[in-house]
Amino acid sequence: MLAWTIYISFAAAAAMFLLKPDSRQGARVLALVAALAGLAVGLAGALQHAGGGLVTIQKYPWVPTVGAEYYLAADGISLTLVILTGLAAVVGILFSWNVELRTREFFAFYLALIGGVYGVFLSFDLLLLFVFYEIAIVPKYFLIAIWGSTRREYAAMKLALYSFIGSAMVLAGLVAAYVVSGAQTFNLVELAKYPFPASFQNWAFPLVFVGFAILAGLWPFHTWAPTGHSAAPTAASMLLAGVVMKLGAYGCLRVAMTLFPEGLATWRNAIAALAVVGIVYGALVSLTQRDFKFVIGYSSVSHMGFVLLGLMTLSTIGLSGAVLQMFSHGVIAGLLFGVVGRMVYDREHTRDLDELQGRRLSRTMPFAAVTFVVAGLASMGLPGFSGFVAELKVLIGAWQTFPKLAVIAGVGIVLGVAYTLRAVQKAFFSGDQEDVPGAVHGGHAHGESAITLPEKIGAVVLIATTVLIGLYPKLLLDWIVPSFASPLFDGLRKGGLL
Amino acid sequence: MDVHAAHNAVTAAAPAFSSRPEDIAWFILLLPLLAAAGITLIVRRSNFLAATFSIAATVTAFVLSFVLFLMFGVGDAAAVTSPFAWLHAGELAVNLGVTVDKLSTLMLLVVTGVSALVQVYSVGYMHGDRSFPRFFIGLSLFTFSMLGIVLADNFVMMFLFWELVGVSSWLLIGFWYEKESAADAAKKAFLTNRLGDFGFLLGIIIIWAAAGTVNFAELSQKLGAHPDLLGSLASVAGLLVFMGAMGKSAQFPLHVWLPDAMEGPTPVSALIHAATMVAAGVYMLCRVFFLYQVETAWPAALAFFGSISALDIIGGIGAFTALLAALMAIQQNDIKRILAYSTLSQLGYMVMAVGCGGPDAAMYHLTTHAGFKALLFLGAGSVIHACHHEQDIWKMGGLRKLMPKTFLTFALGTAALAGLPPLSGFYSKDAVLLAALDNGHPVLFGLGVLIAAMTTFYMLRLVLVAFLGSGRSEAAGHAHESPGAMTWPLVILAVPSVMLAWVPLGDYLTHHFFTDHGHVHGHGSEVISFGATISAAFGLVNHILFEPFNHAPLPAFLGTGALIIGAWIAVTLYWNAERDPLPKLLGSFARGMRNRFYFDEIYEAIFIPLHDLVARLADWFDRWVVGGLAVRGAHGSTELLGRALRIVQSGNLQTYTFFFVAGVALVVLIALK
Repeated sequence: MLAWTIYISFAAAAAMFLLKPDSRQGARVLALVAALAGLAVGLAGALQHAGGGLVTIQKYPWVPTVGAEYYLAADGISLTLVILTGLAAVVGILFSWNVELRTREFFAFYLALIGGVYGVFLSFDLLLLFVFYEIAIVPKYFLIAIWGSTRREYAAMKLALYSFIGSAMVLAGLVAAYVVSGAQTFNLVELAKYPFPASFQNWAFPLVFVGFAILAGLWPFHTWAPTGHSAAPTAASMLLAGVVMKLGAYGCLRVAMTLFPEGLATWRNAIAALAVVGIVYGALVSLTQRDFKFVIGYSSVSHMGFVLLGLMTLSTIGLSGAVLQMFSHGVIAGLLFGVVGRMVYDREHTRDLDELQGRRLSRTMPFAAVTFVVAGLASMGLPGFSGFVAELKVLIGAWQTFPKLAVIAGVGIVLGVAYTLRAVQKAFFSGDQEDVPGAVHGGHAHGESAITLPEKIGAVVLIATTVLIGLYPKLLLDWIVPSFASPLFDGLRKGGLL
Repeated sequence: MDVHAAHNAVTAAAPAFSSRPEDIAWFILLLPLLAAAGITLIVRRSNFLAATFSIAATVTAFVLSFVLFLMFGVGDAAAVTSPFAWLHAGELAVNLGVTVDKLSTLMLLVVTGVSALVQVYSVGYMHGDRSFPRFFIGLSLFTFSMLGIVLADNFVMMFLFWELVGVSSWLLIGFWYEKESAADAAKKAFLTNRLGDFGFLLGIIIIWAAAGTVNFAELSQKLGAHPDLLGSLASVAGLLVFMGAMGKSAQFPLHVWLPDAMEGPTPVSALIHAATMVAAGVYMLCRVFFLYQVETAWPAALAFFGSISALDIIGGIGAFTALLAALMAIQQNDIKRILAYSTLSQLGYMVMAVGCGGPDAAMYHLTTHAGFKALLFLGAGSVIHACHHEQDIWKMGGLRKLMPKTFLTFALGTAALAGLPPLSGFYSKDAVLLAALDNGHPVLFGLGVLIAAMTTFYMLRLVLVAFLGSGRSEAAGHAHESPGAMTWPLVILAVPSVMLAWVPLGDYLTHHFFTDHGHVHGHGSEVISFGATISAAFGLVNHILFEPFNHAPLPAFLGTGALIIGAWIAVTLYWNAERDPLPKLLGSFARGMRNRFYFDEIYEAIFIPLHDLVARLADWFDRWVVGGLAVRGAHGSTELLGRALRIVQSGNLQTYTFFFVAGVALVVLIALK
């Protein structure tokens, strides 16, 4: 059933070209219906899979000569990320309701990207996973290059280059694993059982892990992220930060860590250290940015550092925290980019915080201001929002393994308050002093374009999600935690790592 | 009325509740949240309904708290909790639950009582503000967060609400966010608190990792059975948890946010300074006091602390904060700032009491202080309201005749704060001094007496200059008494300021802390059952009033002596004074006091050059290492230069924050080695 998330997205992307070229409303509605259908299928499928164990969805021979299969399956980790993808897809479309330029093509690329992402999260055949991974890269390039802003060709190219370099590393590692194992299969479950020699693991692991981790914003390979996020159109930024960065982290966990547990043991400390550098570095740099989107872009680097740190803890607490953080950051970053890109930039035509400073947007767009404050509080890891639970678990997990790194990562959390409050104050709550406390004045100063209904719905959906998970994390953890009991992670357990 | 009869009546009248009293506690906790949600969703546009929702919820919470108090405080019901599973993964198990015992029920009364009065007062004070409903949403949220801290039965839940208090304070201090100073003050409060919370969280994680639980009752039990459970990190963990209290209760060196927080509306100041935010730190220390009763142990890198315990350090920081803030208060001219520094000083007093091993004395002082400090702040608000937002006491004068109710209640609050027998402040101050003396801290005892004299001095200075003499400005000349919504809360608050200590509150708290657990020896005072004493109390007023002088004459007489000396100097200097004679007498020292001993400036002077250094290092690193890896390519260097310049040019609060945290992290790292 879950496989339909992929088919619906690709079918709708193709169906876009059956519409008349100028049929903008039709394209929007079609995209929204497809995304909603994907989300519904994802949720329904997830509910059937109660328990979080590994369940096969479809399994057919695909390229028999090399032993590749069309093998779709899901465990609690996949389910969590499928739901995240569905949510991000729906809300992204709501925030793109105002795209007037080549609307049809925009949504075609958008849905193709979504389909690829669903595919990655559900593939348990490495060749298939890799194909979906590549499918997801191409639409990203066009979305940024055609519909982007600020230095879009440069950003699109940078993103594509980074992605392809990462992919090349991953592909090299996977092919090597295929050859070394000699098992004539790309089936992840089978390959994970094979004891690769330690000397092989020691170079294959960093190759594959870093290849994926580039997309997860691993420091110092993070620089595509801020430029890419900033240049991308709103919906694409939301998907980039919300979902695409998770592709990388997911690959690290699903492929590199399960296949090469001994290589992981060798490189674990180094990667954990890089993750922590990313946490603090991202936060520090975010603190000094003038471009509103760069603030969020670098904060994403910081938050993704928590995902990577959580992965390196190799304890159930830390690993489940990392997956929860993927979900949480996807929702919160999506919301932040939605406010900045759609609500602020599309109306004010600048993202320069120093310019916005004079405008006191809290008065002209109170909804955007409140939404950003809430999203900001969620982003700084405040209790009641999903980010707190996730980061707390990562920190606890990290304390057990890397107490010193946990302390440093904590610094990143404090800095999170600093850069978020700075952005909140500059963008929304400062400006002319004409009215003093107590004075009374009415409504919108220039009601040029009030926040539209699709934007409001999108924002409310994301806020509700992060609050729901923040108040009752059990909802997702009941899927995530049992996943780590599956045979896939036997390699880690055998090494005494999990 | 016989209290036991009342207790029985309550138990009989509410059989549904009495079977599960913890449900009442949950209900009390949720009431203000419901009010906030109700205002937000339903009555956002109506000032009247917003205030009604909020006040009704808080008053109901107060009444229910009183019911709980009768059941658990006066009655002998054992403490109960009602946990439900919240966060479980691997060995980590966190439940959400409420603790209902003597400590939490007393604090519930304080929080809901003061909060209710502040809200009634706000109806008058905030009249005509265009964001009136938003104000009540903020107050309700604040009350909710604080109640969560009070009721939490474990560290993680307490931390949840701890952070929520931080957010609510940010919303309320920055309520008039159009004023840049208000927005900055809100940010400063939030950041400084987050700084403390960073240590707090770290402490919680250390404790969990060592003990395997975050539940207070379980922890207390485990630590009671194995005092060495936390190993060499015992004292470090205690101090890290204390960092949370340093932030919330504004202890040196994290005290800088509190005076700036005066930028919020005055009712907010009253709420923050009396019963909620700043009290949270002291309350938390008392709640987890068992953590400080374990054996002192330092990791090898911190072995030079030797036998100095975490409590000794806490006591020292408390006393230093108390002294520093009292000195600063002496030379402030803004009526709210004088009270702000006074709060700082009194908080230091409470923390010092905890450090001396007297959590009962600390809670005692917290309770009485909540009453008279709320009274003083609301009185100050009444004065400011009447003088058209004039806050300089030298531009007031002669208000005694124009605002008789405000003057009388304010004077009463001042006397209570100064510790005039038989007002409430006298007894709690006496308890703090006694705790210091009995537990072998003669230096802290001496400081305590000195600070008592200074307290009387600066408070009397305020009253003499603002209320007596003759009006020194037009605004002061035309002042008039505030409306009933504002004066009634003053009158009501005056009652506990006078009488709170006439009930044996000190014994009640001593009983809670030192009889239930039993592994620490109390300091002298005999434990008497509350119910039995209260009936005897009114017959033996004499005994109650003069008991401190008989029981422990040294602190009682010295404390009263300090009061007389402080008052005598204040009257000599400020009776009918037209300007402040102190700057002439003390010269540059007075200037130092007025300028808060340049703490904000010192922080800037230390942290900005350090920040520049790190910025240059980062610049170098980006240019040669990241750039050298050809990650950025030729284009990147201009971008880097721009960014580096931006880093260098920002010299602001965030920067200091970073160095503060980095410093803490460094110390912990060394400790772990």
